[in-house]
Amino acid sequence: MIALNIAWTHLTSRKRQTAVSLVGVVLGVAFFLAVSALMRGSEKDFITRLIDNSPHITVSDEFRTARLQPARLRWPDDLVEIAGLRPNNETRGIRGWRYRLGQIESLPGLKAAPVLVGSAVLLFAGQEQGISLSGIVPARMRGVSSIEEKLVEGSLDDLEANPGGIIIGAGLAEKFSLRRGSTVNLVAGGGSNRSLTVVAIFRTGNAGYDESQTYVLLKRAQLLLGRPDRVNRFIIKLADASQALLVASRIEAMGTYKAVSWAEASEDILNVLFVRNVIMYSVVSAILLVASFGIYNTLSTIVMEKTRDIAILKSVGFQARDIRHIFVLEGLIVGTLGSVLGLAVGAGLMQLMASVQIRPPGGTAMVNLPVWWGGEQFLIAAGFALLSCLLAAWLPARKAGRLHPVDILRGAT
Amino acid sequence: MSVVLRAQGLHKILAGDVPTTLIKDVDLEISAGEFVCIMGPSGSGKSSLLYLLGLLDVPTHGTIALDGVNTQGFNDAQLTQLRLEKLGFVFQFHFLLSEFSVLDNVCLPMRRLGRWPEAQCHERAMSLLTRLGVAAQASKLPSQLSGGQRQRVAVARALANDPLILLADEPTGNLDTVASANVRQILHDLTRELGKSVIAVTHDPKFAAGADRRINVVDGQIDPDWQPL
Ligand SMILES: Nc1ncnc2c1ncn2[C@@H]1O[C@H](COP(=O)(O)OP(=O)(O)O)[C@@H](O)[C@H]1O
Ligand SMILES: [Mg+2]
Repeated sequence: MIALNIAWTHLTSRKRQTAVSLVGVVLGVAFFLAVSALMRGSEKDFITRLIDNSPHITVSDEFRTARLQPARLRWPDDLVEIAGLRPNNETRGIRGWRYRLGQIESLPGLKAAPVLVGSAVLLFAGQEQGISLSGIVPARMRGVSSIEEKLVEGSLDDLEANPGGIIIGAGLAEKFSLRRGSTVNLVAGGGSNRSLTVVAIFRTGNAGYDESQTYVLLKRAQLLLGRPDRVNRFIIKLADASQALLVASRIEAMGTYKAVSWAEASEDILNVLFVRNVIMYSVVSAILLVASFGIYNTLSTIVMEKTRDIAILKSVGFQARDIRHIFVLEGLIVGTLGSVLGLAVGAGLMQLMASVQIRPPGGTAMVNLPVWWGGEQFLIAAGFALLSCLLAAWLPARKAGRLHPVDILRGAT
Repeated sequence: MSVVLRAQGLHKILAGDVPTTLIKDVDLEISAGEFVCIMGPSGSGKSSLLYLLGLLDVPTHGTIALDGVNTQGFNDAQLTQLRLEKLGFVFQFHFLLSEFSVLDNVCLPMRRLGRWPEAQCHERAMSLLTRLGVAAQASKLPSQLSGGQRQRVAVARALANDPLILLADEPTGNLDTVASANVRQILHDLTRELGKSVIAVTHDPKFAAGADRRINVVDGQIDPDWQPL
């Protein structure tokens, strides 16, 4: 391959200039990779927190749209005018929840747990505090909710073993100086007042949650809230969180209850993350674009210096296309070498960043910088570098292809 | 003798604010194996004519037929292909690729043409270099050669693809007397031996003395009466 041979010779006979443009590409690719790894890493980290701290899908005893009246269902296409509608009071909760839960659990790749959510007032030593009460089946919460990992004292088994137990957050515990074994009083919608024993304490890091969320056994909650054998929520964890939207719509399709995926619930945050990615990729692409100016500069210089060679090649019988190939190849060589080295340097930078520990402002624990090692960003970085090198090489290559040998021969003689 | 190159009514006019006529109404024929010299005063249009005959430039009017093929209306790619297959060039300055060895320079046109496998390209190149007396220089870079040696390498490259016609623009114009005589002799002998047609622009009357025919160019026109000083 003569073109490759000539291209290689051009580059190697100008080592310094080639090295400078190569360094430009290497740095461009390395920064592209390091910055995108950090940005995508923090995004994944954020989403993981978002996903882990909340169910992937929540099915609640609500409907997305108002329910159709029986008359409408009977004659959907006929003109039925129903005015002054006042629906019957619904008994709140998911009807036939055991059957529905079984149905949902028959879908592959998910785990579901029934929950009865309500509110209550916690009384302790003359103080009171509104709290959110979740009635759970501890065994079913495993693998569905991250509550177990967040426990700093006690365990889910302690709740299982103690029907009069309650799990509270660290914030609430500190506020009322409660610890394991403390007794609190709870008043809920059912009107009953029960004294419960603190069996475990959790800390999520979310202050609102840590101060107001509590867990009791499902049976206990049903009694407290005066809703025997009812649940009003299924929380669902998927093996693959990215399937949430799809699975949610399938669940909605089998029952009419509203199934909200984490992606739907956090749509605004996901939009912000998307915009952040767009900004990040524009900036790091600009770095590569600047690097490609180095290649443009080098190749333009080579074309100018090599007009005699180009003239002789053309007079000997090399086509304009062959000449263009030479210079495009030079761009590709610099781009490929620069990408490979840049990916290596970038991976080194990522390694370095991943090992750095920082204390976030206002935070208490040291955290590692979240670096994402996903392969797609390596491809994007290399692909974009090659593309900009190709672009940078194309202009000088076109100019070289257009050189007229006679103009150069006359100039030389 | 068969005609390998026929030019009819060649005009080359450079467009511009004041159009310049470089070549005016040139008709000529070159036969197979013929050695033709082009002479004339400096700036008379010899090089311009050679570029036209060598299909490096296109005439404003007139036609050039190479080996029976009328090149009128040919595009750049077609003309380039014809140059590759049928023509070889030697210029006043050697015009070798400075980063490639002598051998690579001679192999270059063969590799582009792709008629011979690489091993045969080497063989052909070495045989040409041997005939031109520069085989010992094969692996050197052009910058390590003397002017006369470089010009002989340039001749070898021009002959690499076994062309029909060798075109030379003052091939000895930049050489000292000894080297000049040497290149002239070798060009004469080798082209005769190989049966190539040669069109050589020269200022050297000795060069012309060994030619089959002399064409004088004065003010862009053929002038049979002109005599070198
Ligand atoms: N690009 C050009 N623009 C204007 N005049 C030119 C150009 N190229 C060549 N000429 C003129 O054309 C004439 C012929 O040039 P050339 O063919 O090189 O002559 P020779 O080779 O006989 O010395 C000269 O007078 C030269 O100055
Ligand atoms: Mg001239």
